[in-house]
Amino acid sequence: MKEIVVISGKGGTGKTSIVGSLAAIINNKVVADCDVDAANLHLLLQPAIQEKEDFVSGVKAVVENDRCSGCSTCSDLCQFEAVTMDDVARISNTSCEGCGVCAHFCPEQAIVLDDNHCGSVYHSDTAYGRFIHAQLFAGEENSGKLVSHVRKQARQTAEQESADYVLIDGAPGIGCPVIASVSNATALMVVTEPTRSGLHDLGRVLDLAAHFKVPAYVCLNRWDLHQPTSVLIEQECSRRSVSIIGRIPFDEAVVDSQLAGVPLVDFSNGPAAAAVRLLWREFEKKIEQAQ
Amino acid sequence: MQVVVGSGKGGTGKTLLSTALAQCWGDRVQYLDCDVEEPNGHIFLRPELSSRKECTVTVPEIVRDKCSLCGKCRDICQFNSIAIFGETIMTFGDMCHSCNGCFLVCEEEAILETTRLIGEVETGHSGDVEFVHGRLRVGEAMSVPLIKAVKQHAGGDGLTIVDAPPGTSCPFVESVTDGDYILLVTESTPFGLHDLQLAVEVVRSVDKPFGVVINRAGLGDVSVKKWCENEGIPVVLQIPFERSIAEGYAQGMSLLESKPSLRSRLRELLEEISR
Repeated sequence: MKEIVVISGKGGTGKTSIVGSLAAIINNKVVADCDVDAANLHLLLQPAIQEKEDFVSGVKAVVENDRCSGCSTCSDLCQFEAVTMDDVARISNTSCEGCGVCAHFCPEQAIVLDDNHCGSVYHSDTAYGRFIHAQLFAGEENSGKLVSHVRKQARQTAEQESADYVLIDGAPGIGCPVIASVSNATALMVVTEPTRSGLHDLGRVLDLAAHFKVPAYVCLNRWDLHQPTSVLIEQECSRRSVSIIGRIPFDEAVVDSQLAGVPLVDFSNGPAAAAVRLLWREFEKKIEQAQ
Repeated sequence: MQVVVGSGKGGTGKTLLSTALAQCWGDRVQYLDCDVEEPNGHIFLRPELSSRKECTVTVPEIVRDKCSLCGKCRDICQFNSIAIFGETIMTFGDMCHSCNGCFLVCEEEAILETTRLIGEVETGHSGDVEFVHGRLRVGEAMSVPLIKAVKQHAGGDGLTIVDAPPGTSCPFVESVTDGDYILLVTESTPFGLHDLQLAVEVVRSVDKPFGVVINRAGLGDVSVKKWCENEGIPVVLQIPFERSIAEGYAQGMSLLESKPSLRSRLRELLEEISR
């Protein structure tokens, strides 16, 4: 079973639209949305949720007001500026990282650590096969842990169903959720666009791939929007000996398919849809050669 | 006054807008790039950098000769950064949140404070704009302490523009906490609307005044506008979907360079916000 992760560094380059189409193209796979901060893939795959799981990770400190003497030991020790002192201590749920130092040192034992229910995980059926997705609650932390959990569930489902692939939609950036989604993956598809920001962020995300020793292949989306910058991206990839395996032209059908809530390749036979089909063929070849 | 530009969804135009807001204001203005995973503000502002400072966090190192293997440090650590196997005690600095718990519970003074490099903060100037950004070290997972280090430069009696990271989790929350007003940039597509709704939930939970900016207006449908109307959220600016803006952006031109006529509207917007 091969695990393929689609990432981008820069946001808004078209990861989710491409993953939606790949979900329609690839046979015998399980799909997972690991952009748990701002998951969008369900808007294309229209899942029927079969099972919902609460995601509990870490703890949050909670003050029992009637026991708090207002001594401020907790606010003195907290490294995260999560405690403000009134008559009693007040702990900000969004700032608390759940380290438990306040609870440990409270002379009145007025602080308890509650399990932190910080998201939901969904096991769904779609017209394109099984789909594992999640939503981190707004403002929460532990996105990396939730990503790891979604990946694990997707792998288990793929094993049960003898699937050939796990196809993962990743998060933007290079931080916690991205690191959790790329480590030990079979290969990465990095989606970029011909802009200076795209070029800059591509460099950092390819550095990340090299850091974790995961092979990466680049897809240049909307390549015809600014050809001089597309050339710069081609040069950067060739300097790094990274292959560009697909060039998708700008096509209004991409936005229209999103409005229709359907993967592009099931919506249009236009130039972008054709390019995505080619993209997958090239990617498949690359990972077979690499095996 | 501190204005934070955020979005939920990535690639909606946070940096395009926030750099232009800083440029249109003229004097006594700061631009802080808190998207430390993928900072892009420097591409549009082209600052002359004058300082670079490494950003580190405190992590424990065990002095084995002093350690009694009592396990108190391992027990207080909620992040599994300290493990004991038989006579061996190990620390995992990458997982440490720098809460200080282990230092506080150790009775043998067997834990030394060492540091882990998480990135760097660079400062400089772009014309009248004071420029600050953070660059997360590639391979580092924890961005919040670096965002805090960037925000430490906020101050003065002028205007501070904060360019926030995408998403709705802890890095975004850290970027908005000190804001006086939040601008949420989106595009009118199903993905844009969905992620805007999540970002609004965060901004409401921290109780900040906010407004919505629709970028690439004309693309997609009218769902964002309709939703904002129903929710009583002001749409404070629309940036049209124009090839000249997209081409300028591709080359690293700021919005004021590719669409100079927006300057007065952006100034007006900032003046409305500060009232």
